[in-house]
Amino acid sequence: MSLAVELPGLSLKNPIMPASGCFGFGREYSDFYDLSILGAVIMKAATMESRFGNPTPRVAETSAGMLNAIGLQNPGVKKIIATEVPFLASFSIPIIANIAGSTIEEYRQVAKAFQHTDQVAALELNISCPNVKEGGIQFGTDPFMAQKVTEAVKEATNLPVYVKLSPNVADIVGMAKAVEKAGADGLSMINTLTGMQIHLATRKPVIANKTGGLSGPAIKPIAIRMIYEVKQHVSIPIIGMGGIMHAEDVLEFLLAGASAVAVGTANFQNPYVCKEIIEQLPHTLMQYSFSSVKEAIGKGIV
Amino acid sequence: MQQLLKIKSKQTVALDTVEMVLENKAVSQIAVPGQFLHLHVDGHMLRRPISIADADPSVHTVTILFKILGEGTRKLSTYQIGDVIDVLGPNGNGFPLVNATKNSVLIVGGGIGVPPLYYLAKKLTESGVTITAVLGFQSKEHVFYEGEFEELGKTIVVTNDGSYGETGFVTNISKEALPSIDEYYSCGPLPMLQAVKERWNNIPGYLSLEERMGCGIGACFACVIPTDDHGGYKKICQDGPVFSAEEVQLK
Ligand SMILES: Cc1cc2nc3c(=O)[nH]c(=O)nc-3n(C[C@H](O)[C@H](O)[C@H](O)COP(=O)(O)OP(=O)(O)OC[C@H]3O[C@@H](n4cnc5c(N)ncnc54)[C@H](O)[C@@H]3O)c2cc1C
Ligand SMILES: Cc1cc2nc3c(=O)[nH]c(=O)nc-3n(C[C@H](O)[C@H](O)[C@H](O)COP(=O)(O)O)c2cc1C
Ligand code: FES
Repeated sequence: MSLAVELPGLSLKNPIMPASGCFGFGREYSDFYDLSILGAVIMKAATMESRFGNPTPRVAETSAGMLNAIGLQNPGVKKIIATEVPFLASFSIPIIANIAGSTIEEYRQVAKAFQHTDQVAALELNISCPNVKEGGIQFGTDPFMAQKVTEAVKEATNLPVYVKLSPNVADIVGMAKAVEKAGADGLSMINTLTGMQIHLATRKPVIANKTGGLSGPAIKPIAIRMIYEVKQHVSIPIIGMGGIMHAEDVLEFLLAGASAVAVGTANFQNPYVCKEIIEQLPHTLMQYSFSSVKEAIGKGIV
Repeated sequence: MQQLLKIKSKQTVALDTVEMVLENKAVSQIAVPGQFLHLHVDGHMLRRPISIADADPSVHTVTILFKILGEGTRKLSTYQIGDVIDVLGPNGNGFPLVNATKNSVLIVGGGIGVPPLYYLAKKLTESGVTITAVLGFQSKEHVFYEGEFEELGKTIVVTNDGSYGETGFVTNISKEALPSIDEYYSCGPLPMLQAVKERWNNIPGYLSLEERMGCGIGACFACVIPTDDHGGYKKICQDGPVFSAEEVQLK
């Protein structure tokens, strides 16, 4: 049973990686298991300067999921390179840096900064954070802006660039094609869906930022549908995510057209979830008559 | 660490307030006052943080007390003796007992902030510290653990509506009713902590804070509290939940 997958810049021994923002920089989860078993790891978003993020409460629970509005809190790219990247590099797994910014210039600078380490294998371009805008337009919901920021980052780096798409759009295929045209090496999808929860007793939104991003099993059918649609219109590989809890979910993402997957919210409920999925995946593939991960990719498309 | 804790006993100690004694050797041995357990409740995406109210390594038990507030705690209250709860913990840093050489400590608890202070008060008295407890509750039917605290030191119960004990807020207690104090420890709702911090601003104090949590272990940045106006912060789940009063900004 082969779990290995080759993606631009990434030789994965298995297709499982923790999703950005749901695993910090790995330190806490390394107390639970040896991170070297992971296919790769995606770091929490990096911006040029350190950011404090949004006021609290920043999270709320929903049916089969959660809302979050962390607001890209991070220590800034320089500190991440100095202290977090070397820690993760000690596990000898590919490191993917998630990058964010408020302006195209900031994205370019953060991407450039990651040129100063040879321990990062790829960039994940977070154009889908609901709180990130330029001129009032979200990069992730306007195909023209998405194309512009992708081009700028591609120019600034020689690392492969995976563009993380927002599901908060009417035409996901249009977005995917726009960033493919701009030179993206792969896609990451999906980020969270904008949502809100109102607290009855106080009559106010629970999350201080008012809106937050919905993640967890609640969004899985949307992720599957979007990957299924996009896969048929682009030729770059897709890292799939959204509500993965079990190895069966991973197979579903592979069938829809993902080549690898990221696991986010599930880590909060079960810190061992990535490890358990990696151990279970061969059995699940076998159960459904696949002899490798590669064989399952896109097989659900009819 | 992830542990399974078996429910050994369960009782309602006040209105909508449940005490559970849980069995787990490892947790009972390492738990320190102020730490919390991050409990998985069936059918819920996120875990619930609940303080450790007592621990007895000699019989491998850990006690929690929780108020039925929403869906998660309601579900938890339906768990039966013998059921097993999946927890992460003990998480966070507890109250600094190193300062226990001080000989007079004030304990100020509000509502469901009282439980962690019980284990703290026990440990402090064991090391020879004199404690005075001021415990605030909404009304008579919410009062719990008054007898348990009285065994440890002078205990003053305050109810907001005056239906039991003193009337008003914990910070209304007059200076004359209290001994001279070297240090205070407090846990309760934010407005109470703000008032406590203000009233006893001339003596060192420690506050246990609450915030909605995601991971509960320091990875997701859900539970931060500012430490200054320049972007400094601490994570309540990892650096706290206990902080020295001057260390954090209570908004
Ligand atoms: C460090 C710490 C220690 C705590 N110790 C205790 C304790 O000993 N006894 C006790 O009764 N309560 C304690 N709490 C509060 C307790 O976590 C909440 O009352 C509980 O999570 C509510 O869950 P629910 O499902 O009933 O409510 P819901 O409102 O349905 O919960 C929805 C979501 O909001 C979160 N949430 C709601 N209120 C709070 C709150 N006040 N603090 C943190 N998260 C909240 C829940 O965890 C859940 O994720 C503590 C909180 C923290 C942070
Ligand atoms: C608390 C939290 C923080 C997140 N932070 C980031 C982030 O910094 N950058 C990013 O691209 N995505 C971030 N995400 C989105 C996840 O990486 C992922 O795309 C999304 O949650 C869907 O996957 P899931 O359902 O498995 O969580 C975050 C999600 C959560 C729940
Ligand atoms: S709850 Fe995740 S960092 Fe504190």
